[in-house]
Amino acid sequence: MLKDITLGQYYQADSIIHRMDPRIKIVGTLIYMVSLFVFNNIICYAIAGFFLVFVIVLSKVPVKFMMRGMHSVIFLMLFTALYNILLGNGTVIAEIGIFTITYEGIYMAFCMFLRLLFLVMGSSVLSLTTTPSRLTDGLESLLTPLKIFRVPVHEIAMMMSIALRFIPILMEEADRIMKAQRARGADFDNRNLFKRLRSFLPILVPLFVSAFRRAGDLALAMEARCYHGGAGRTRMKEMKLTERDYVTLVVLIAYMGIIVFLGIILRDWTQELPVIIADRFMNMLH
Amino acid sequence: MNSNIIEMNQISYEYNRLDDDGRITGVTKALNAVDLQVEPGDFITILGHNGSGKSTLAKHINALLFPTEGCVIVDGYDTADEKNLLAIRQCAGMIFQNPDNQIIGTVVEEDVGFGPENMGVESKEIRDRVEESLKTVGMYEYRKSSPNKLSGGQKQRVSIAGVLAMHPKCIILDEPTAMLDPRGRREVIRAVRALNDVERITIILITHYMEEAIFSDRIFVMDHGEIVMQGRPKEIFSREEELTKYHLTLPVVTQIGCRLKAAGTNLPDGILTRKDSPSGDISAKESDWDHGDSPSGDISAKESDWDHGDSPSGDISAKESDWDHGDCPSGDISAVDLSFEYEAGTNMAVKALDGINLSIPAGQFVGIAGHTGSGKTTLVQLLDKLLKPTYGTVMLAGEDIYSKKYDTKKLRKTVGIVFQYPEYQLFEETVLKDVSFGPKNLGLSEREAAQNATEALKLVGIEENDFALSPFELSGGQKRRVAVAGVLAMHPQILILDEPTAGLDPEGRDEIFSLLSGLHEQGMTVILVSHSMEDIARYTERVIVLDHGKVKLDGTPADVFAEVKELEKIGLAVPEVTYIMRDLKAAGLPVKENITIPGDAVREILRALSGK
Repeated sequence: MLKDITLGQYYQADSIIHRMDPRIKIVGTLIYMVSLFVFNNIICYAIAGFFLVFVIVLSKVPVKFMMRGMHSVIFLMLFTALYNILLGNGTVIAEIGIFTITYEGIYMAFCMFLRLLFLVMGSSVLSLTTTPSRLTDGLESLLTPLKIFRVPVHEIAMMMSIALRFIPILMEEADRIMKAQRARGADFDNRNLFKRLRSFLPILVPLFVSAFRRAGDLALAMEARCYHGGAGRTRMKEMKLTERDYVTLVVLIAYMGIIVFLGIILRDWTQELPVIIADRFMNMLH
Repeated sequence: MNSNIIEMNQISYEYNRLDDDGRITGVTKALNAVDLQVEPGDFITILGHNGSGKSTLAKHINALLFPTEGCVIVDGYDTADEKNLLAIRQCAGMIFQNPDNQIIGTVVEEDVGFGPENMGVESKEIRDRVEESLKTVGMYEYRKSSPNKLSGGQKQRVSIAGVLAMHPKCIILDEPTAMLDPRGRREVIRAVRALNDVERITIILITHYMEEAIFSDRIFVMDHGEIVMQGRPKEIFSREEELTKYHLTLPVVTQIGCRLKAAGTNLPDGILTRKDSPSGDISAKESDWDHGDSPSGDISAKESDWDHGDSPSGDISAKESDWDHGDCPSGDISAVDLSFEYEAGTNMAVKALDGINLSIPAGQFVGIAGHTGSGKTTLVQLLDKLLKPTYGTVMLAGEDIYSKKYDTKKLRKTVGIVFQYPEYQLFEETVLKDVSFGPKNLGLSEREAAQNATEALKLVGIEENDFALSPFELSGGQKRRVAVAGVLAMHPQILILDEPTAGLDPEGRDEIFSLLSGLHEQGMTVILVSHSMEDIARYTERVIVLDHGKVKLDGTPADVFAEVKELEKIGLAVPEVTYIMRDLKAAGLPVKENITIPGDAVREILRALSGK
C-alpha cells in the first residue's frame, strides 16, 4: 500500500548505530564518503570495505534488506564499470570494434565499482538506522552556525519534517483521485504527450486544492498548539553527546587518519600496480 | 471576576465577502451577539447544522479568531490582548476534525511533545508529560509508531494527548468524530468523557451526532450564527419540533420514545439512553393507544416522513433464492472467487480480499458493511476494474470484465462509483463542466454531455443558476451532490457509493438518501458501502458483511442484524433500534427482536403493548 512507503527506508532495530547521535552519524557518513576519494590503492579499499562491513554488522540491518535499496543504483554502477572497461587507456588486452579493453581500464572499473558500492551502502546505513525526524533534528543542529548568516535553519528543518509527514498522505490521495477520475472514464495512457499532460489536470487540480487545504488546517492546528516559530522552543529529546559518541568520533578520526596516511605513502606503488600486474600476466601467457 | 472558565459577552464576528478581483461585495455575519458562559469542569455540547457558526465560535475560544464586537474571556484572559495569546492557547486546547491534518510529528511521541516544546517546557518534563498523556488516552504502546499507520480513532486520540501534554484546563473538540468509523467514534468519545470525569477538564464538544450530545451537562444549539436553544440534554431533546426547524434530528432512542408517547403511551419526555428507555417504563400499559382505526394490518402504510425507507419486510424470503449465482440476466454483477493482495508476490503481501463469491442482481439496493480494513473499498474498486485481482474475476451481465477483449469504456459507463469524500475530486472551472467530464470521456459530444450534466444536476437538486459557479464556491453538502451528479451524468446502471454521507450533517444525509431511494425506485442497482448500520437497515434490502476479506454474513437486514453476537465479535454493532427491541424482549414484553428501523419498532411495541 502506498501509505507504507516511508521516505529514507528506515529499518527498525535496536543497535549501537541506531542509538548513536544523528549528528555523529551525519558527520561520520560525510567523513566516510570523503575518505573514499582520497586514495587509490587496493589496501585502502580493503580497509574501507572492512570498516563498512564492521558498521553494517553493528547496525543489525540484514544485508538482504540493504540490497533492496540498491536496485536503482546498480544500473549506474554497471554502466560506470562498463565505461571504464571499454574506454580505458593503457596496456591493450583485446580490441572489439572501436573499443579497446585494457588492464588499466579493468582495474579502474573495478575500483570505481567498489567506490560507488561503498558510497551508496555507506549512506544507506545512515538512512536505514536514523528516522527521518532524527535526521532533520541532526541537520538542524549541525546547520545552526549558519543562523549567523540569517539562514532560517529552524524553518527549513520544520518544512522538511512536515514534508516527510505529508508526502505519503498526498501520494495516497493522488492514488485515490486517479482512481476516481479513471472511474469517470478518464484516460491517462494517451500516446500524445500534450494530451497526456492535459489528462493529468483532473488529478493535479484536486491534489493542489487538497494540499492547500491541508496546509491551512495544519497551520491552524500548529498555532492552536502555541507554535510561534523557533524562538523559545525547547526539545523533547535533547541531543547530547554521550561517551560512546565521543569514542565513535575518535574511531572515525583514526580511520580517516589511516586512510590518508596509507593513501599518501602507497601512492606511487599504487600507480605502478596495474603495470606490475599486467607484466606478470603477460609473462604467464608467454 | 467570576469563576467561569469561558465568558463570551455579546460577541459577533463578521467577515467580508470578496469578488474575484478582491472587491468587497458584502459582509457575512458568522456570529451574531452570542453569549456563552462555561463553568470549570462542565461538559458542554454545541449542536448545529453545517454552516451554523459552530466552528467559528470554537475558534474564538482558542484565540484563532477574534470577535468583531464583544469580548471573549478565557480563564480570566481577554483574547483581544495579544500578550495573552500563548496563555490562552495553553489553557484551552483544540482538536480539529481531520485526523491527518493536525498531526505534525512523524512519530507519535514527537507529535505529543510538540505543544510543550513550543511552550518552552524543560526536556525531562516534556518526556514525562508525553508519557502521562499517551497513557491517559491509551496510546502509550504506539509511542514509537508513525501516525500514518494508525486508524482514524487512534490518530484523534494522539491529537488529544498532544493537547493534554500542554496541561489545559479546557479542551474544545470541533467535530472530532466526523471522519471516523463507529469504532473510532466510540474510542474518541470514551476518551473525552474520561477526561471530563477523571481529570475534571472542561469539555466543549462540537458535533452533529446527536448520540454524542446526550452525556453532556448542557447543550447549546446554533443556527445562523446565534445560539437558539440551550439547556440540559433532556430538555433539549424534548423539543423535537424546534430541533427539526434547525435541521437537527433526535437520537434514535429519543425518537422512539417520542413516537410512543405521541401514540399515547405513558412515557416521560426526553428519553436519551437505552437505560432510561421503554423497558423500564413498560409496566405503564396504556390500552387506549390505538387512537382511531389503525388495525395492525395496514401498519405498513407510511406514517410519517421520519421513516422514509422502504422496508421490504414481507417478501424477503422469496427474493433470497434469486441471489444465488444463477444465470445472469442483463445488469447483474457478480464476483467469482475474487481475491486481492496488496504487494502481491513480495514477503509483505497483505490479503485484502479472500475468495469472495457473490452476485448482485440488477435493481437491488445492497449495503456492504464491515469495519475499516475489512476489504469493502477493495471490493468495490475491483467491481469497476480499478485494481487487478490476484485471483478470480468479476462478471458483469455474463461477461468477464477482466478478459482482454472487454471494453473498459463500456464498463465505466455501466458501473458508476462515487468515492469517499467525492467533492475532493472536483477540478473544473464550473459546476457544469465538471459534471460533463464523465460523459465527455465516454465520447459524447459537448452538447450531449452538457445535456446529461444538466439532467444529473437537476436530479441532485442543484439550481440552474449555480451551474456556472466554480465548484469550490459551493457549500460542503452541495459539493458532495455535484460530485455525485458527475457520476450520474454517465447514466450508470450500477451505482456504487463509498460512505456517501461521511461528514455531512443530518439534513445533508437525508438529501443523499432520498436521492438514492429515488434512483433505486427507477431500477438502478445501488451498492452502498457504509459504517452506519442505521443507514443500511433503513434503506437497503440486503446486507453483506465483510470481515478480513471474506463474506461473513449475507441476507436481509432483519436476518443479518439478528446475528448480534456474530456482529459484535467482529467489532460491528446492530442498529440501536434492534438493541432496544432485544432489551424489551428481555424485560418481558413480547416483541419481535429483528426490527431494524425506528418506524417498525414503534409499531411493534405498540402492537405488543396492546396485546394483539
